[in-house]
Amino acid sequence: MSNKISETLTFECETGNYHTFCPISCVAWLYQKIEDSFFLVVGTKTCGYFLQNALGVMIFAEPRYAMAELEEGDISAQLNDYEELKRLCLQIKKDRNPSVIIWIGTCTTEIIKMDLEGMAPKLENELGIPIVVARANGLDYAFTQGEDTVLAAMAHRCPQQILLKNKKKIIQDSSIQNFFSFLSSEKKEERTNKDLEKLKKNPPLVLFGSLPSTVASQLSLELKRQSVQISGWLPSQRYTDLPSLGDQVYVCGVNPFLSRTATTLMRRRKCKLIGAPFPIGPDGTRAWIEKICSVFGIKTEGLEKREEQIWENLKDYLDLIRGKSVFFMGDNLLEISLARFLIRCGMIVYEIGIPYLDKRYQAAELLFLQETCKNMSIPMPRIVEKPDNYNQIQRMRELQPDLAITGMAHANPLEARGINTKWSVEFTFAQIHGFTNARDVLELVTRPLRRNNNLENLGWSDLTKKEKK
Amino acid sequence: MKLAYWMYAGPAHIGTLRVASSFKNVHAIMHAPLGDDYFNVMRSMLERERDFTPVTASIVDRHVLARGSQEKVVDNITRKDKEERPDLIVLTPTCTSSILQEDLQNFVDRASITSNSDVILADVNHYRVNELQAADRTLEQVIRYYLEKARRQGTLDQSITKEPSANIIGIFTLGFHNQHDYRELKRLLQDLNIKINKVIPEGGSVKDLQDLPKAWFNLVPYREVGLMTAIYLEKNFGMPYVSITPMGIVDIAECIRQIQKHVNNLVSNEKFNYEPYIDQQTRFVSQAAWFSRSIDCQNLTGKKAVVFGDATHAASITKILAREMGIRVSCTGTYCKHDAEWFKEQVQGFCDEILITDDHTKVGDMIARIEPSAIFGTQMERHIGKRLDIPCGVISSPVHIQNFPLGYRPFLGYEGTNQIADLVYNSFTLGMEDHLLEIFGGHDTKEVITKSLSTDTDLTWNYESQLELNKIPGFVRGKIKRNTEKFARQNNVTNITVDIMYAAKEALSA
Repeated sequence: MSNKISETLTFECETGNYHTFCPISCVAWLYQKIEDSFFLVVGTKTCGYFLQNALGVMIFAEPRYAMAELEEGDISAQLNDYEELKRLCLQIKKDRNPSVIIWIGTCTTEIIKMDLEGMAPKLENELGIPIVVARANGLDYAFTQGEDTVLAAMAHRCPQQILLKNKKKIIQDSSIQNFFSFLSSEKKEERTNKDLEKLKKNPPLVLFGSLPSTVASQLSLELKRQSVQISGWLPSQRYTDLPSLGDQVYVCGVNPFLSRTATTLMRRRKCKLIGAPFPIGPDGTRAWIEKICSVFGIKTEGLEKREEQIWENLKDYLDLIRGKSVFFMGDNLLEISLARFLIRCGMIVYEIGIPYLDKRYQAAELLFLQETCKNMSIPMPRIVEKPDNYNQIQRMRELQPDLAITGMAHANPLEARGINTKWSVEFTFAQIHGFTNARDVLELVTRPLRRNNNLENLGWSDLTKKEKK
Repeated sequence: MKLAYWMYAGPAHIGTLRVASSFKNVHAIMHAPLGDDYFNVMRSMLERERDFTPVTASIVDRHVLARGSQEKVVDNITRKDKEERPDLIVLTPTCTSSILQEDLQNFVDRASITSNSDVILADVNHYRVNELQAADRTLEQVIRYYLEKARRQGTLDQSITKEPSANIIGIFTLGFHNQHDYRELKRLLQDLNIKINKVIPEGGSVKDLQDLPKAWFNLVPYREVGLMTAIYLEKNFGMPYVSITPMGIVDIAECIRQIQKHVNNLVSNEKFNYEPYIDQQTRFVSQAAWFSRSIDCQNLTGKKAVVFGDATHAASITKILAREMGIRVSCTGTYCKHDAEWFKEQVQGFCDEILITDDHTKVGDMIARIEPSAIFGTQMERHIGKRLDIPCGVISSPVHIQNFPLGYRPFLGYEGTNQIADLVYNSFTLGMEDHLLEIFGGHDTKEVITKSLSTDTDLTWNYESQLELNKIPGFVRGKIKRNTEKFARQNNVTNITVDIMYAAKEALSA
């Protein structure tokens, strides 16, 4: 077995003919997350039709998003974009009175070169409501990257961190420096005092990535247990509560698809990025917390035990999937982290398809994946960027994986051919972060396997007509 | 620009894809950005398709924007030709690609030189036609292409079949109850001793299209798709067509009489007479005629209803409600604005007012104003009904997965009349029951159930944990509360904090 293990990960790139959701789908979860927002998608009927069908019943709940549907007059510039957008935004202001309007640029606005960024500040002045522009289009991005474009745009709107100029603060800062250079040998004494000190010394930490509020508070709680205080989230529950940013602020991502946001926070807002694996799975969560703590010079307490306990709780599910193989077709950028977690669970990963891989932003996660493979003595999976679904299906025919994690377009046809599938979108909408939700991930992964345990003996797993040669 | 978040009919390319993927061994290639292949999801999910949807995208990305598609589209066509060996490849523009104004016809011409498949470019303008119009056009385009090709090659055989026969035109994927309607039409024609020559596009092969003119006449069950094809066939091959939708007892009879007329035009000696069949079916096979006379239906007399949907279904259902059941249709409407004249003519005299719009808020306002006892509409009207507490029967697209039932539910033909009668009756009685419950103060079981489940407790929830509890969606909140309290009791905790809540979740889910 061990001779098969290659030392390094292999990266490939295919044609990019794969199925994924359009990035404008991010409005679905972001409008719910940011309670006082309104999302206006500037696009065509095609965009509207996608949203309407992808979001299903949510449409009927008077959502805080709408289409600004472009008509022939808009395309041929017979109508003035500015006046048109102003008319619609005035109506939105009258009907909903949001604290922010977010314009989502689409493929069409790109092609006709509609200057949304230029119009927004002007209209913002006239209207008195902030207008944030995010270009979440299918020309450049896939699915969850939509959130990345929105958060990157929003990072510009976060207030500036007020610099504390009093002496005490400066001394504190230098003591943080000390933490880095001489790791805590003498720090073990005076625990109780130190604990208080630590809280004070904790420089501001902002986490970025949109999570349901319960998951956000679970993660905050985990960090608080290690005496790390979170000073804010991007995005916050309300637009008006966006966190302050500045050169003293540390930032850390909770999702693997936020590379633009990370770049913006570092380059434009001068924040310090903590590059860590993502808190998906108990292993990921522990590594994430440990990385943050190590940056702050804090020694973690009881983390190991906590992780162990979570694994203990997962035992029944682990028995079900150990040794089984999985194939990620790739469509939402969570694939690396999920694969790493599943390998740690004892699964064999044949292929990790992924729309786009930022090797710098995901560096820690990739390293962690490599280590996990080694520890579990499992061959390194191939990572396929911009996969080609047709080729993938051919490969799957050959490999016959026990589980394919795939989009909805392929799920039923694969099931009919006897390959178990799990919809990949569910991982974007389910709660998968932190210790508490590790079980939910496995609940999803094992569902097709558990279902099939019940159906296995009926003798009709292949439900297609014989294919002609 | 138009502010909208719901539309009744989809964009044009959806119509083209529906037609293309209904044929056997036809592949569609969309010239579209990443994420526009949502059609595959719909077909795979709603129709529960077992096979891969024969639609792929030639992706328009940043490079294409800068330099044009160049070889990309041609390569994708020839690649698909080799991989799947389809009979026909339909290059489908989308709204994005149509503003790029690339010469797609040129790609098609180049690709057809190298590939074994036929290649055509779907000829639809995305900013002028909707899904249904595009489907109608594409169907006609494909038929025309193959008939002209056959004529050029001299393989076109224009003689008609010995026995009376018909083509059914317009049954296709993602159509509202189309599969069931097709079965019902097949049975109807069989009863009339008419052979089915071809059914298009569903399940048809493009190679067989040259046999279309062999039928005696064409049957176009739905107004929206197939009419252009029928008119083309009439003009070029002298084939008569029947476009009366056989929905509802009166219209089924009318449709059969038309068929009789066409058939008798072509036979010489013994003439067909379908009247006894119509009479037998109407009085004894379909239950709908009897239902209209029964006491149940009497109670529906004069009740107010609102109808909205595509032109075919809205018009037929309006006529059924008014003419066959004595229900008062306060307003009827359609989102098929392009077919407004026909629609108005059809429902004239069967309703109080007519609404032609594709704006769902106008429909909602109309329903709120009229306050009917029941609504017959699309999924959108069902949700409007929910909000206003008015029952709704779904009679037309757009629809959800529950409108692709596994059981046999035709809307057309004599079995269709039974299904419609059930649908109408059930919608109204539910409304009535609801109303009576309200008058008599509702079922009284609810309170008893909650009482036995609520626990008067010794436990206190602190402020944060209460906040956290309130964030949990309503339908699971009770369960989580109970589980947390159970956990707290087991661990002798009296003060419930957020920590305890999560600990409970972790412990209990294990």
